[in-house]
Amino acid sequence: MEKLEFRFPAQPATPAAGAALCGVVGSGNLEILIRPGDEADACVVSVKTSARGFGRIWEAVIAEFAARHAAGGTRIAINDMGATPAVVSLRLGQALGEYTGGVQ
Amino acid sequence: MNAPVANKLALRRSYFEASARARVAAVLDAGSFHEFLPPEASEPSPHLAVLDIPGAFDDGVIVGSATLGGRPVLVIAQEGQFMGGAVGEIHGAKIVGLLRRAVEEKPAAVIFMADSGGVRLHEANAGLIAISEIMRAVLDTRAAGVPVIALVGGSCGAFGGMGIVSRLCSAIVMSEEGRLALSGPEVIETVAGVEEFDSKDRALVWRVTGGKHRYLTGDCSELVEDDAASFRDGAIALLARWHEPAPASSTLRAEQARLTERRQRFAGLRDGLDVWGALGVAEPRQIPMMDRDSLVALKKGLPA
Repeated sequence: MEKLEFRFPAQPATPAAGAALCGVVGSGNLEILIRPGDEADACVVSVKTSARGFGRIWEAVIAEFAARHAAGGTRIAINDMGATPAVVSLRLGQALGEYTGGVQ
Repeated sequence: MNAPVANKLALRRSYFEASARARVAAVLDAGSFHEFLPPEASEPSPHLAVLDIPGAFDDGVIVGSATLGGRPVLVIAQEGQFMGGAVGEIHGAKIVGLLRRAVEEKPAAVIFMADSGGVRLHEANAGLIAISEIMRAVLDTRAAGVPVIALVGGSCGAFGGMGIVSRLCSAIVMSEEGRLALSGPEVIETVAGVEEFDSKDRALVWRVTGGKHRYLTGDCSELVEDDAASFRDGAIALLARWHEPAPASSTLRAEQARLTERRQRFAGLRDGLDVWGALGVAEPRQIPMMDRDSLVALKKGLPA
């Protein structure tokens, strides 16, 4: 298992729920839990992944997510069982959609 | 395929393929579910963390309260996609806690959506103890007059300790896709050899563990389609007619005698086909191709 931590600037999100969960820790899949964070203009992400050595790809995928979405003011925790970058992007969008009440 | 059949299939929401959260949302009354220890409040398994394996926030099981057909129920839903739905220490403690709550609150029922290969071997003794605590808690709940209804139709079925737990429940609602047994096919093949049981023979696996077989042998009470709405209807119908019997040793002795007789009757039979023939099914080879309604009608016509 590898543990990774990231922090990216992002436009503030408008939460509709106190927390949102998306996905399952199954083969090739991951779960994402979004909760309110301490900094309104930053998205703080912690990842636990079964696949070692993919830190730079995680960084690129999450940076792209933070740049494209208003995901600021959030704390995002991820448990990963080998999801591909496309699945990670998809789940991040779904989880944020649930957190903000369908608005991305 | 004609249009009405295609439309009917398009409207179906497979219970087998759904996640535990999707099952909870689809089986219970819409919007009625309240989760105890939701992911943001629960703890992932410390044992998996020690082994350097990512855990799940809810440790692979969802517990909470809801209504089903307007009646208050407590709910357990195992997530088969996380470690095969296997029971670890926290997973088990959440289930036991919910069942103890049922003893105090006396809801109309506990709905137990089982989807598990049994004990989570990574957690060794903690997982084994968790399973035995769940067994005791299921019996305590039933003794308090609260029926525990198991729904078995997930990708992991109910095997090992969870196979026992399911049979300790008041009744089981199952789909053809569901499987229920003690040792799983791979375990039997590993221990006794491929000559004893070929776990790659999926049709055989379903003929000896699948929902149709369990329905014909009376191990499950309701056979439903692989559709969340069918599981919901099946559970509501079962609950409407169910009266939880007071525990009595005479009932246990009668059940023991019935199982002993069944074991003798089916001794030496190697395949579901043989068992169905012995039960009086004229053309056992037709069973795997039958739809749910035809099979239910066929069972009604079998000799008692």
